[in-house]
Amino acid sequence: MTDVTALQYTEEHEWVKVEGDTAVIGITDYAAEKLGDVVYVDLPAAGTAVTAGTVVGEIESTKSVGELFAPIDGEVVEANQAVIDSPELVNSDPFGEGWLIKVKAPELPTLMTHAEYRAFVGE
Amino acid sequence: MSDSGTTPEERRSPLDAVHRAAGASFTDFAGWQMPVRYSSDLAEHRAVREHAGLFDLSHMAEISLIGPDSAAALDSALAGKLSAIAVGQAKYSLLLAEDGGIIDDLVVYRTGEDRFLVVANASNREVVAAELVARASGFETFVSDESDDIALVALQGPDARAVLLETPGFGVEGPGNDQEDFDLAIAELKYYRSFPATFEGEPVLVARTGYTGEDGFELYLAPEQAPKLWAALAETGGPRVVPCGLASRDTLRLEAGMPLYGHELGRGILPVQAGLGRVVSLAKEGDFVGRAAIERGPADGAPVLVGLTAEGRRAPRAGYEVYDGASADARRIGEITSGALSPTLGHPIAMAFVAPELAEPGTVLHVDVRGTRIPATVVALPFYTRAA
Repeated sequence: MTDVTALQYTEEHEWVKVEGDTAVIGITDYAAEKLGDVVYVDLPAAGTAVTAGTVVGEIESTKSVGELFAPIDGEVVEANQAVIDSPELVNSDPFGEGWLIKVKAPELPTLMTHAEYRAFVGE
Repeated sequence: MSDSGTTPEERRSPLDAVHRAAGASFTDFAGWQMPVRYSSDLAEHRAVREHAGLFDLSHMAEISLIGPDSAAALDSALAGKLSAIAVGQAKYSLLLAEDGGIIDDLVVYRTGEDRFLVVANASNREVVAAELVARASGFETFVSDESDDIALVALQGPDARAVLLETPGFGVEGPGNDQEDFDLAIAELKYYRSFPATFEGEPVLVARTGYTGEDGFELYLAPEQAPKLWAALAETGGPRVVPCGLASRDTLRLEAGMPLYGHELGRGILPVQAGLGRVVSLAKEGDFVGRAAIERGPADGAPVLVGLTAEGRRAPRAGYEVYDGASADARRIGEITSGALSPTLGHPIAMAFVAPELAEPGTVLHVDVRGTRIPATVVALPFYTRAA
């Protein structure tokens, strides 16, 4: 189990886990719940340069389309093939197997803490 | 943002507490807080296709007509010939404007020689009630908006009939009134028929109707009885019965090729454009609202509703533009009205209004899915038909 209190969070309902010089990025349980059953993800390929605050992918549910924002500047080193093959992992394990991309970043971010994010979504 | 003084009152279903206890997520639908899903819309969709789903549709509007001229009033007010249906029969119909545009689509139940129940969309409750009152003036019938006094629970899916028969507490109205009579009435109940039953001694109209493409039942009853009925059906059904929200209802009706007001139907759309020409009875004697416009027909080149299927997993969605080619100079020839990745079929399906010359099944069109043109093929509706 991922320790959600050790993750950082964005106002776009994404989480970021720092592993050395790389950030693992996914969407929160709150975002997954709001989307409903995820049926398709469109993720940037390894090697793609991303800029903080820009849309880099899509997370599509039966009812709606969510955008994946890059929370930091950097370069995509891996997109989660397991999620591309089985998008339902975003719902079943959003903080674990449902991670979306890994971004190598020169400067790792300081975002919301778990407590701050919970307050942000009003929980 | 509007100020709080003008915000309409939020309406809640008589089953609201049941849904909250079940952990449902809610959505605003025509001013009502209704369950959008309980846990997974795909699981709920699948349950209806394979076993049974339980829906709360208490937001829908019910308007009754009672009096000797009720049938004549409806013949003059609606597109169909309601005087032609027998007591116990139901009919899908349309309320048209003078210009032939669709004000709402309706299911009309004939519940007696002199009485009908008209079921309308929640968002159109006021306009449908007002139009029926106005159009019935001069006829000996009393039009009454019963929406606040009628809850609606739908049990849909291949196991619906078995679960309904196993659920204790049902009877038929009148003398006798026991489970055996109820079982017999259900055995004889054909599609688009209804009969007056009882549940725990209180009246419930049992109808074999629905909006999912499966066999199933719609149960109209007093709001205070709804929680008991819901609990009895859920308990009796056990794992065969899954509570379902409006998200699954939408994908189910889309697969079944059924139109939704505000998407495939609206004031600017003539029935024939939406494939509903058969719902309008031009053969019935006498005038009805919209008749002259329907006889004139839509303007040349008016768009028509088609089904589209695509490959892959990216679904065309309401509002996306449809083109006659993939190139940058392709002509925009229509717009998507509803679309989803079909849970049953596994590929994207959509409905769209397109130019009539491009509406032949087999025609390949292109949909702009957020900047990418994806090819989509025109197909006949529905996308899904249940096995006989």
